Amino acid sequence: MAHKIISKSQLSEDVFTADVEAGHIVRAAKAGQFVIISVNNEFGERIPLTIAGVNPQNGTIKIIWQRVGKTTAHLADLKGGDSIAAIVGPLGRPTHIENFGAVVCVGGGIGAAPLLPIAKALKEAGNKITVILGARSKSILILEDEFRKISDEIIITTDDGSYGRKGFVSEALAEVCRRTPKPNQAFVIGPAIMMKVCCEVTKEFAVPTQVSLNTIMVDGTGMCGGCRIEYDGKPKFVCVDGPEFDGHKVNFDLMMKRLAAYKEMEKTSYEQYKKHVCKIYRRRTGDG
Amino acid sequence: MANDNKQTKQNNNREAGGLTAAERYKIPPQDMPEQAPEQRARNFEEVATGFTEEQARKEALRCLGCKNAPCVKGCPVRIRIKDFIAEIAQGNYKKSLEIIKENSLLPAVCGRVCPQENQCQEQCTVGIKFKDIAKSVSIGRLERFVADLDVDDKDTPKVGAPTDRKVAIIGSGPGGIVAAADTRRAGHDVTIFEAFHKPGGVMVYGIPEFRLPKSIVQKEIDTLTRMGVKIVPNFVVGKTSTIEQLLKEDGFDAVYIGVGAGLPKFMNIEGESFVGVYSANEYLTRANLMRAYKFGAGADTPIARSKKAAVIGGGNVAMDAARMAVRLGAEKVYLIYRRTEKEMPARVEEVHHAKQEGVEFHLLQNPKRIIGDENCRVKAIECLRYKLGEPDASGRQRPVAIAGSEFQIEVDCVIVAVGNIPNPLIQQTSPELKFNEEGCIIVDEKGRTSMEAVYAGGDIVTGAATVIQAMGQGRTAAQSINEYLQQKTKIRS
Ligand SMILES: Cc1cc2nc3c(=O)[nH]c(=O)nc-3n(C[C@H](O)[C@H](O)[C@H](O)COP(=O)(O)OP(=O)(O)OC[C@H]3O[C@@H](n4cnc5c(N)ncnc54)[C@H](O)[C@@H]3O)c2cc1C
Ligand code: SF4
Ligand code: FES
Repeated sequence: MAHKIISKSQLSEDVFTADVEAGHIVRAAKAGQFVIISVNNEFGERIPLTIAGVNPQNGTIKIIWQRVGKTTAHLADLKGGDSIAAIVGPLGRPTHIENFGAVVCVGGGIGAAPLLPIAKALKEAGNKITVILGARSKSILILEDEFRKISDEIIITTDDGSYGRKGFVSEALAEVCRRTPKPNQAFVIGPAIMMKVCCEVTKEFAVPTQVSLNTIMVDGTGMCGGCRIEYDGKPKFVCVDGPEFDGHKVNFDLMMKRLAAYKEMEKTSYEQYKKHVCKIYRRRTGDG
Repeated sequence: MANDNKQTKQNNNREAGGLTAAERYKIPPQDMPEQAPEQRARNFEEVATGFTEEQARKEALRCLGCKNAPCVKGCPVRIRIKDFIAEIAQGNYKKSLEIIKENSLLPAVCGRVCPQENQCQEQCTVGIKFKDIAKSVSIGRLERFVADLDVDDKDTPKVGAPTDRKVAIIGSGPGGIVAAADTRRAGHDVTIFEAFHKPGGVMVYGIPEFRLPKSIVQKEIDTLTRMGVKIVPNFVVGKTSTIEQLLKEDGFDAVYIGVGAGLPKFMNIEGESFVGVYSANEYLTRANLMRAYKFGAGADTPIARSKKAAVIGGGNVAMDAARMAVRLGAEKVYLIYRRTEKEMPARVEEVHHAKQEGVEFHLLQNPKRIIGDENCRVKAIECLRYKLGEPDASGRQRPVAIAGSEFQIEVDCVIVAVGNIPNPLIQQTSPELKFNEEGCIIVDEKGRTSMEAVYAGGDIVTGAATVIQAMGQGRTAAQSINEYLQQKTKIRS
């Protein structure tokens, strides 16, 4: 059961998006859920990606990913019409959506992708939405237009000051929290370190904060425990208990260590893949 | 009566080479040919290579053909053991396999992984006579022998005329495979939904290649496909679709739930989330299903290449994990178990193999906490010593910690294999289904659940058990499904 890529495009240097046939997932998919993808049934690894959008008419889901390793690079090398070997889902618990009142949504880097469907659903539920989007630099900021459409206010930060304000999302978040009235709820999605810092900010202001975690996963159904985190001092499985958690209770330091568990091996795998692709390319072009 | 007995004995004698019981007792038990420990510890190929024909016939001659066949009472699916063995003794291998297949659909699997020493072979007259289970007739090895002769067989079991009834099988473990085959034979339109990208259940993701080659499971899957069973992988019931949806929206007339007991238990001790601590499920799934042992040589999934690994537990899962760690290059593998070897639930053969391969057994010990370095990577495990106390509910002596007996073992990897429990996914999404306190689905003796048209079997009903038991329950449930659908058809027409 391979899944055809209907369309694919590049959002920034290392970020891509695709609409992929996944008729079986469309019926149940809700904001906040994710899928697990594998590009090769025999030897591929299984990686979690958030469902960034659903198109029930076409039976497709939208995925957005950043090229960071072998599998995401392989995905990036696929074209419209190619297929993805396996897509499992929708996994995880959907986001709890209600009318909180004023909500601040913070997206760091690729975290903007999973944040978008949540922000949309929050808007539909009647919330007043402040969006804070951050990126290292203007060229890698994604989904700005999409967020503008649904937010009441948007703040953009770049680390290098090439666009919006110079600085980190956490600084803008502190500013928003300092207002009266302060936001009733925060949603923060991005790199682990960014979520950690943002949670420190919102904790100070006692603003309840949901984070969405992207740990290493194997099955995504609760059978391996590889995705576990320490939450309020106890183990939780991100794939079935999450992916969203009260950010004030997550042990981010341990989570970051677990995320780095295979760093060296992942690097090797990616290097091998790049070499392999180069070889194929040279063979195709008769170059060397 | 006495006369009768004599008659049978003579019959048997004539059939199986005319030996007396005394002569049979004299035939030595045949040793299973195996790869040498030092060789196999470095490869992933099957450890036991199987009886030669000569060995199989000799071993078959050891069977007395007991009139009351106590072995059969020990067999969860009541295979006609002495009859299939008698056929082997005479060289009628095809006939022998046919007899096994009347009751068991997966003889090549069961011959390899059944805990025979607690089942058929425990009851065997020969073993009892010698007061040594190891001297019982090697029923499992004989079963494997005839099943393996059949490897190239492409026969497709007959399928009944189409009934226009749809059956959904959830989970493709041994129970699901048998339930699919049996309902398909009755002519129903059968679809298996499997959460993983490959069918086979524990036989594929859990039990390693060196104990159960994946090609054997694949062969059974291929047979199902040839019979017209549809297999839908990457489909998680409870997430992709609920049972209610399968019945009400997707047109299925009956459902078999065979999702196993997939949730790993942890010990809930300090340091259990450090880098380098795995559940056995994760460790084995990475290694088997995702082929992490080929990482860097084609496979993309990494796994810790540890130098010193500790495996916690004493069951088959623990043995598999420990032996996998050996093969993945660990110089030291410690198996830590809080009781003694006698209480270990693992198959005797696996315990024996693990020891041969250099796994060090640390008995009457149990971890208290896991110690990590500044990067949260495991560097040691702290254990307590135990002694055996009063028997508990299971009849086994309860292990009691000895206060103040703490000591540390230096390790860089810890694999937790202290049991698996049912996954609550289905429970959370099927309010109509009744579950017990352990999270197992409650069924009656026919495999019926509390929900109409829904049946269940295997580990999701019993809690973690055995392949043969799951298979037996899959068969019982399939029979009930077939009866139910026949009934339903009659009412409708
Ligand atoms: C490492 C290990 C070693 C073992 N060794 C032995 C041994 O030597 N001898 C022995 O007899 N037994 C052994 N067992 C136990 C034996 O494997 C199980 O008792 C048996 O496989 C249970 O069969 P089952 O039919 O219940 O399904 P399982 O084999 O448990 O398979 C269930 C299947 O359902 C799928 N599934 C789960 N949830 C869903 C869902 N929601 N939707 C769709 N699919 C789903 C799973 O992915 C899996 O493929 C071992 C178990 C393990 C883990
Ligand atoms: S109990 Fe042993 S000797 Fe007797 S019939 Fe069974 S296998 Fe043969
Ligand atoms: S990914 Fe395996 S339990 Fe969560």
